[in-house]
Amino acid sequence: MADFPDVRLHVVTGKGGTGKTTVAASLALALAGGGRRVLLAEVEGRQGIAQLFDCPPLGYDERKVAVAPGGGDVFALSIDPEDALLDYLHMFYKLSRTGVAARALRRMGAIEFATTVAPGLRDVLLTGKVKEAVVRRDRKRLPAYDAVVLDAPPTGRIARFLNITSEVGGLARAGPIKTQSDNVMAVLRSSATAVHLCTLLEEMPVQETIDGVRDLEPLGLPVGGVVVNAVRAPLLHPADLRAAETGALDVGALVAGLEKAGLDAPDALVATLIGEAADHATRVALEERGRDALGELHLPSYELPLLPDAVDLSSLYELAGLLKAQGMA
Amino acid sequence: MNPPPASPGAFDIDAALDSAAILVCTGAGGVGKTTTAASLALRAAERGRRTVVLTIDPAKRLAQSMGLSELDNTPRRVAGTDTSAGGSLDAMMLDMKRTFDEIVLTHAEPGKAEAIFANPFYQALSSSFAGTQEYMAMEKLGQLKATGDYDLVVVDTPPTRSALDFLDAPERMTTFLDGRMIRILLAPAKAGGKAYLRVVSAGFTVFTGVLTKIIGAGVLQDVSQFVGALETMFGGFRERAQATYDLLKAPGTAFVVVAAPERDALREASYFVERLAEESMPLAGLVVNRVHRSAGESLTAERSHVAAEVLEEAGGHELAAAVLRVHAERVALSARERRLQERFTGAHPGVPVVEVAALPGDVHDLAGLRAVGVDLAGGGPATLRAPPQPHDPRGL
Repeated sequence: MADFPDVRLHVVTGKGGTGKTTVAASLALALAGGGRRVLLAEVEGRQGIAQLFDCPPLGYDERKVAVAPGGGDVFALSIDPEDALLDYLHMFYKLSRTGVAARALRRMGAIEFATTVAPGLRDVLLTGKVKEAVVRRDRKRLPAYDAVVLDAPPTGRIARFLNITSEVGGLARAGPIKTQSDNVMAVLRSSATAVHLCTLLEEMPVQETIDGVRDLEPLGLPVGGVVVNAVRAPLLHPADLRAAETGALDVGALVAGLEKAGLDAPDALVATLIGEAADHATRVALEERGRDALGELHLPSYELPLLPDAVDLSSLYELAGLLKAQGMA
Repeated sequence: MNPPPASPGAFDIDAALDSAAILVCTGAGGVGKTTTAASLALRAAERGRRTVVLTIDPAKRLAQSMGLSELDNTPRRVAGTDTSAGGSLDAMMLDMKRTFDEIVLTHAEPGKAEAIFANPFYQALSSSFAGTQEYMAMEKLGQLKATGDYDLVVVDTPPTRSALDFLDAPERMTTFLDGRMIRILLAPAKAGGKAYLRVVSAGFTVFTGVLTKIIGAGVLQDVSQFVGALETMFGGFRERAQATYDLLKAPGTAFVVVAAPERDALREASYFVERLAEESMPLAGLVVNRVHRSAGESLTAERSHVAAEVLEEAGGHELAAAVLRVHAERVALSARERRLQERFTGAHPGVPVVEVAALPGDVHDLAGLRAVGVDLAGGGPATLRAPPQPHDPRGL
């Protein structure tokens, strides 16, 4: 049984460098397994999804980027505020995307202007498109997608990005924009949404994750799980870790072992190995502290290993399998 | 175009610290830019220069290590700096909104400032306009330089989506202020009455109709008022954006690009290096942070793994086997990082590079910053823990 059976919108955030795009893509693949349709969306124009799936840059049109194990499709798009605005006008005002008014909007740089003086408006447009995909129905009145995964802005900005009602509240107290933001907010705050946070077991990302959860909860934005990325297993025995950290490693045993393995053990090499073991032990201890701090959040937690090489398509399938095995999808 | 650096290869940090008037640290998010900026500033100060470091969003403990507890836009003396060489170190955190308010106060017509501050669009723009933070960092940089109190200003750039946003900020602000939309929204006020009707096109009439329908007349009025109030300070903004841009190209300014030995961070560094060349802006060099090296690379990862396997099969030498695995992992990581870095140096052979060794934990005191400074200047990796015990095989 998966941990989020009723969730239709998975928002994936994380500090820069923690691999949130990789996690979002793996989660989308995991959710699509067994014949489901999943949409993976990015909103910052980075083309991170296209790079991961090794496909041409994504646009506003949803395009199939991968087939999941056991059948099932992952579609992807890159949501651009200008397209989202024209889409919005088309949907709610029957304004043609290529008509006089739309052309005038483009020509006058109205969209750039509007999203510049009111950054909250930009977020309403972006999240509005995501919400539209979540609630969209096909011809048989069935949900168009079984799940939508959003590769969201980083942890430091996520609460602000999702809390659009208050962002536009000061600017539009009534009217269609207000209605739209209320509708989007209703979906974001519902049990159909989960915000997952990616982190590494390092001091700053762990702290930002804790801060992120504290920012999201009071806003009524449902926090999902914590995905700990790039985890490395401790290689030394616990007692040896402690000894290595305090410089009390059994040098005699080490030298004897090296000799037994037929290696020369000059002092310089032995000192280097002891130093590396100490680095390893210090890192393991820091990681343990990070893990303990994350544990205090009492959230479902998932771990992904550090991959020896750069992430490619086959490693996405591997990571998707690991998320599924741990119950995230 | 810039002349190529005199001696490509090693990045002479001390030479840059001793000669530059402004050092701009830039790079992708999460590569240790703030720590690098703080370490450079501390080292410059202790080499005898009156230095100030402008940080944007430091980690709490790093800020505390420099005695910074609040965003107050005021440079504060960093206690614990060695001033025996005649230098000093001040540090400050950028308060974006306050910096913006100060500009408005300086440039707005008397009486207009209050109206600007009260407008909801100003509140949104001053706190979250994509680019405001970059623009304000540049603005503050100019102000600090102009005080004449400092020999060297070290600036950390905001954690933006892309490092390039920082370079584009002044121009984006100017483009925004010169934009057609602003002109159009100002047209009624300028032309007035019937003349206005002749100025605008049919497309615009449709457009305002749509706009009013979508966002409501009240919002449109707020926007108009806001733009009207801002207009009185356009000239000032434009001038300052230009002045800041010029400052970045002035002699004495140098960019330090910071990266981690990872694909994305190095790609970002590449873009930035190319962009600096296009703009004829001076690049001091590349700092590759968090590099893992092993002094024992003569013992290869492969041989380590084989030896560990032999020991694991024989049994009885768990410690040695585990230490060999640790070494193998380290050497493999080092090789991977070196490959990534070679791609960068292959594409940019003229860029001086310095490596900073990875530390097991974050830096949060002056001693740590000082140690990173030594490593930056080529003096060997920092250690944040007691050195390992000397090994004496006869004493077993």
